[in-house]
Amino acid sequence: MSAEATVSAEVERLGRAPRAKRAKEQAFRSVLLLCLAVAVFALGALLLSVVVDGWGRLDDGLWRRFPSPRPLLAGARSAVFGTLWVVTLTGLLTVPIGVAAAVYLEELAPRNRWYNRLIEVNIQNLAAVPSIVYGILGLAFVVRGPLSLGRVVLAAAVILALLVLPTVIIASREALRAVPPSIRDGALALGATPLQTVGRQVLPAATPGIATGVILALSRAMGEAAPLLMVGALTFVTFNPTGLDSAFTVLPVQIFNWVSRPQEEFHVLAAAAIVMLLVLLLTMNGLAIWVRNRFRSRW
Amino acid sequence: MIVWVLFLCAALSVVTTVAIVLSLVPPTIEFFGEVSIGEFLTGTKWSPLFANPRFGVLPLVAGTAVTTVCALAVCVPIGLGSAVYLSEYARPRTRRVLKPLLELLAGIPTVVYGYFALEVVSPIVQTIWPFGDPPGAFNALSAGIVMGVMIVPTVGSLSEDAMTAVPAGLREGAYALGSTRREVATRVVVPAALSGIAASFVLAISRAVGETMIVLIAAGGQPNLAINPGEAMQTMTAFIGAAGIGDQPTGSTGYKTIFAVGSLLFVATFVMNLLSIRIVRRFREVYE
Repeated sequence: MSAEATVSAEVERLGRAPRAKRAKEQAFRSVLLLCLAVAVFALGALLLSVVVDGWGRLDDGLWRRFPSPRPLLAGARSAVFGTLWVVTLTGLLTVPIGVAAAVYLEELAPRNRWYNRLIEVNIQNLAAVPSIVYGILGLAFVVRGPLSLGRVVLAAAVILALLVLPTVIIASREALRAVPPSIRDGALALGATPLQTVGRQVLPAATPGIATGVILALSRAMGEAAPLLMVGALTFVTFNPTGLDSAFTVLPVQIFNWVSRPQEEFHVLAAAAIVMLLVLLLTMNGLAIWVRNRFRSRW
Repeated sequence: MIVWVLFLCAALSVVTTVAIVLSLVPPTIEFFGEVSIGEFLTGTKWSPLFANPRFGVLPLVAGTAVTTVCALAVCVPIGLGSAVYLSEYARPRTRRVLKPLLELLAGIPTVVYGYFALEVVSPIVQTIWPFGDPPGAFNALSAGIVMGVMIVPTVGSLSEDAMTAVPAGLREGAYALGSTRREVATRVVVPAALSGIAASFVLAISRAVGETMIVLIAAGGQPNLAINPGEAMQTMTAFIGAAGIGDQPTGSTGYKTIFAVGSLLFVATFVMNLLSIRIVRRFREVYE
């Protein structure tokens, strides 16, 4: 054996981790993979269980029939329409305000002023306030107290709009930040005012990103139940909303109502309604992804 | 002029915070006019809506603590493990598939998790309970476990972002000195990303403390000063939710308890959120 081969064999031997160490490496990697597998398994088990449990009631009666104390005659029609009303109205309230706030903070606000920093920290903080606290706010100020709207569609939409506003602002700011500075510089160099630059160049360029963020925020509003319990999404409503001042219920609250009843038939109905809610949410998420991919511009 | 309108929209968030505080404080002060702060914070019985009301909030705090600990026991190891795998081990293609899948967990409504806790996890817990008498259908453990699953993406995404932000130079340096993958992950990347990871844990606690629907559905409704997660318990959030459904008349003591408990909850989560923002700012390792 040549000296060179001896040396390279020796280097190879020294470079290789000892067996015990290799086993440890492998074990560590397996543990990490197991963590990921548990999370994915939980997701799969959840989705599978609601589909299996709710299978018997997944028919058109689910959205054709109104709630009823007799489980076999009950459906979620009023909840479906209530959800559509509330979520649409939430969007109408939160989108203009959220986008305006994002434009101000990202494009126009002087960064070093204390009040702008206060607003930023405050938005981060609001994003993590528990949703039930917004419910308390709604109960004290919107349903009763200063606004005194009562337990109606508009009250629910106001509360959900405040709830998702931080999400909309944060997502819109990210979309605005992704527009390259050269676009702004170009517009400004051609003599546009800062407002014209934002309104005619930056905002249109950021619209797909903003739309994606808004859709995701609204899908959060659609699944929210806790704050609406506080503002009284009545759990037994046998009519569709007729206006902003109409009593209402929404799908998550209807599901909660059915889950908390003792009869097994209502639990099946709850599972079926969950499948319907998840399909709605998945459609919205799919739409968000489609918007992002279809309209994304590359710079 | 337009700038002013835009500014007002941004300032609305501050108004919201002020409104939350204003909605909480006056009824809370009225409440403490009727019930002493000492009784509230140290009393061991919570039955505010009964004929002979008792206002000790400790059972609700215990319920919150127990469910939160159960949730952390699930979401911290699973979230962190997933994050390390995605950031240090997974190939880009695997990552592109697995990460959105993990984040789907964050998009599922909490009522759905509540259903899952009560109908799927609770029966399993009852079957495999190793310590004597199995728990009832409503127990803190099932609610806590499912809450943990819900929070996995919070821990996972934030820690993974922090780890991805660690510059490649540090990893390459460690590899050049002969470190293995595990050593790079545990002795270089995780310590370098520690501020982000710690912030994600604090945020996880805050989310667990503030979660309502899962505990309302699956943890049972009795205030219970206990540490055994197999028992039925009521958390602060679940009490607020249950009292809110009950439509308390304005001005009644029952109505004011909502705000007293709400204040406690708001202060607790607010402090934790600020802490998490602080941790990131204060202890962030700044790389070029």
